[in-house]
Amino acid sequence: MSVKTIATQRASMNIPTGRLAVWWVLVSEIVIFGGVLVSYLMHRLGHPEWGEQAAYTNMWIGATNTFVLLTSSLSAVLAHQAAEKGDGPKAARLLYLTVLGGLTFLVIKSFEWTHEIREGFVLQSGGFWSYYYTAAGLHAFHVMAGMGVILWVANDAKKNQELHRVENVGIYWHFVDIVWIFLFPLLYIAK
Amino acid sequence: MAEIAHEHGHLPAGHGHAESNWFIKYLWSTDHKVISLQYMFTGMFMAMIAGFMAYVFRMQIAYPGMNVPFFGHVSPGAYNSLITNHGSIMVFWVAMPVLLAGFGNFLIPLMCGCDDMVFPRINRLSYQLFFISAVVLIVSWFVPGGGFGGAWTAYPPLSAVGKYNLTPMGSSLWVLAVALEFVAFLLGGINFIVTAMNARAPGMKAFDVPLAVWMIVVASLLFMASVGPLIAGAVMLLFDQNLGTGFYNPTRGGDPVLWQHLFWFFGHPEVYVVLLPAMGIVAEVITVFSRKKMFGYKTVIYTVVATGVLSFFVWAHHQFVAGIDPRMANVFTVTTVIISIPIAEMCFLYIATLYGGSITFTTPMLWALAFIAEFLIGGVTGIYLGASGADIFFHDTYFVVAHFHYTFYPIAIIGTLAGITFWFPKIFGKMMNETMGKIHFWGTIIPFNFIFIPMFFLGMEGEHRRIYDYTNFPDLANPWAVSMRITSTVALVVMLLFQFIFLFNFIYSMLRGPKAEKNPWKSNTLEWTADSPPPHGNWREMPTVYRGPYEYATPGRETDYWPQDERA
Amino acid sequence: MTSTAHAPAHGTAHGSAHGPGDAHAPHRNYVRIWGILCALLVVSVVGPMLGIRWVMLITAFGVALVKAYMVAKNFMHLDIEKPIVHWILLVALALMVLLYGALAPDVQKGEGSGWKKDAGFHHSFVTSKPHEAGEHEKPENAEHGKP
Repeated sequence: MSVKTIATQRASMNIPTGRLAVWWVLVSEIVIFGGVLVSYLMHRLGHPEWGEQAAYTNMWIGATNTFVLLTSSLSAVLAHQAAEKGDGPKAARLLYLTVLGGLTFLVIKSFEWTHEIREGFVLQSGGFWSYYYTAAGLHAFHVMAGMGVILWVANDAKKNQELHRVENVGIYWHFVDIVWIFLFPLLYIAK
Repeated sequence: MAEIAHEHGHLPAGHGHAESNWFIKYLWSTDHKVISLQYMFTGMFMAMIAGFMAYVFRMQIAYPGMNVPFFGHVSPGAYNSLITNHGSIMVFWVAMPVLLAGFGNFLIPLMCGCDDMVFPRINRLSYQLFFISAVVLIVSWFVPGGGFGGAWTAYPPLSAVGKYNLTPMGSSLWVLAVALEFVAFLLGGINFIVTAMNARAPGMKAFDVPLAVWMIVVASLLFMASVGPLIAGAVMLLFDQNLGTGFYNPTRGGDPVLWQHLFWFFGHPEVYVVLLPAMGIVAEVITVFSRKKMFGYKTVIYTVVATGVLSFFVWAHHQFVAGIDPRMANVFTVTTVIISIPIAEMCFLYIATLYGGSITFTTPMLWALAFIAEFLIGGVTGIYLGASGADIFFHDTYFVVAHFHYTFYPIAIIGTLAGITFWFPKIFGKMMNETMGKIHFWGTIIPFNFIFIPMFFLGMEGEHRRIYDYTNFPDLANPWAVSMRITSTVALVVMLLFQFIFLFNFIYSMLRGPKAEKNPWKSNTLEWTADSPPPHGNWREMPTVYRGPYEYATPGRETDYWPQDERA
Repeated sequence: MTSTAHAPAHGTAHGSAHGPGDAHAPHRNYVRIWGILCALLVVSVVGPMLGIRWVMLITAFGVALVKAYMVAKNFMHLDIEKPIVHWILLVALALMVLLYGALAPDVQKGEGSGWKKDAGFHHSFVTSKPHEAGEHEKPENAEHGKP
């Protein structure tokens, strides 16, 4: 049961309200992640010794996770394509694949972090590690939130309802992917 | 299956179950008008608490060591908590919810000719998050150690280390409350922006939108753009407080000045976030009660946008003595002094609007005029602080306190009262009592000046702020200074007492005031074409707009106003 | 007389996937783009293995920029999105550039006249010792010579 107001359906700027709203969400997310990453960047560039700590992150796991997220973005945009054609059940299936990608990402990350914590690298281990866990943790939080919203949208989509939301949730998911695209070199490659 | 509504108006039955029971109607509603009242009442309640806190700590300042009536003896720790929470509450739990969320929620759909916001359920969620943030803050006062005592600016290491601030639990709860409040307003802001951008009535072009809406939307934009880094910073502070990280600890590879920068990068745009809605409200009031077009409507909008942009370039004027590079201080002095120009220009535009108008001194108009006068004083005194050379002396003195109260008080109290007294008939369908309104006005404005003018002089004499007991400072314990402090405090008590008149007026009028017609003030904007109060869905037939909002005193017309939805 | 249609002058968005005035998303081969993205990923992983620092930085961050651009253009359809969206995204990014530019001279400085910033690795986790709860107090005590 949705609360569809007249206001929701107008489009004075010739862009659907849902999509416009998602872009505004991304604007606010850019400045939130930007805040963390700018802080990290300044400290990283000001403390060349942090590079020694960064050597302990596992680039292969990072690359695998990058691959996982890229693939989940593919399924998200294919879901959009299906939704555009009006095929709700197919869109829903592809969205479920996207969620599976997110889940895989999180599982890999939990193994990665468990290993690092066992090695003695925790949140409190010093500057680099504090930022490492905070930035990646904030990202993982957004992955989880995204998965929740995608499931909710997929649930409507499989009944051929609210198909426009497939595109919108995809836009959010691609953004989460892009954040990781930058986190990967920042935390894993630059050593 | 979603019920899609026609442009004809009120939504069909599947949507109209809002009458079901009291809980759903008032606590679980998605109606923007109900949500706006939730924000406003919460904000007004928090204002009473923060006002009481001011009373307590001012009594301590004026009469050190006394047993304050209704509170008791004020310990140094309690003093710190009181000043911290007074400031935090007034900014985050009074000014923001009342001006931005309260008036924004009420006015935007109505002034834009919509039946509600574009995302009513997210609207409801934003209030619920805000409510939780208020609860978290209130809880923080009752945990062991008491409420956070590290000043509303929460600089680490004081705010990060419980051993220093003596309020370890309170400080974490404070950070959590602020973070929740930020998320609530981010959600709300998106609603406001998308509604105003995309859901306007047919015929309403961008420059037909009333200034109140423009200002609230620009304010939401400023908030959204500036709060992100501070949210990141707040998470890092929370980790420092509780998880042993060292984001702001130089011995751990961090930097305390980073917090200052993140805080003020948000903090300066934030003052414009609260200023703009107040200026928007004042614009609506002065045009109606001088029966005149807004002088330079488009100029006001361009100026507001320019101010918003500039506001991102001035923040380090809060850090002139924090050890920043003096060359950086030079840059920020220049930008800070420059930003006074657009604001002054807006004040001139407002005065030009009044000039030659047919002015009626109703209560809302009195508040609006007082806003302009008092805010001017605040703005002018800011220039002394913006000049880094002078600021070396003035920083952390009462001069600063007086300056920001001469800006914040007009914003949060005077602007709010202008708005409440102006839109009360529309919100509640009843008229407020004018006589009580005027007594309340004078009983507030006159004492207000007696509270803060002494503080300018005390600041010039070097009185530090955030001091618990001035008898410890021989230079500041002289009879003149003591009498100034007492004057401020007595004036505060008088002002607080006069607020009971407002409370009585408000409640009595809400319950038993004379019934209000649709458009008692003969205004042009769309909200006055709806019933008083508007029903769920606002109009049976949605309005169409034919002209701008300020067509007053148009030559050749019988009436001196021309509503936006009246066909030519 | 107010409008009776579902689509007044400003247009409405229905339950379909995109709104009025939108170009249909051009037929793109999303799988092909995904393939290119994966290839770029390989490049960014191989780069560091060559051992030359600037090559590593260029491949790592250059690839990141290209990948982000491709995802934004092809998956988010930013190229056919309305200009207003471009503007708001650009402003957000510009703000982050401003944030860095204004804060870095202060926060990024490692030393000044009479002071130097600590790297802050006093907790000796760098020795890869397994971490047990509460153990992080011990290394510090050991440094200070406490029993």
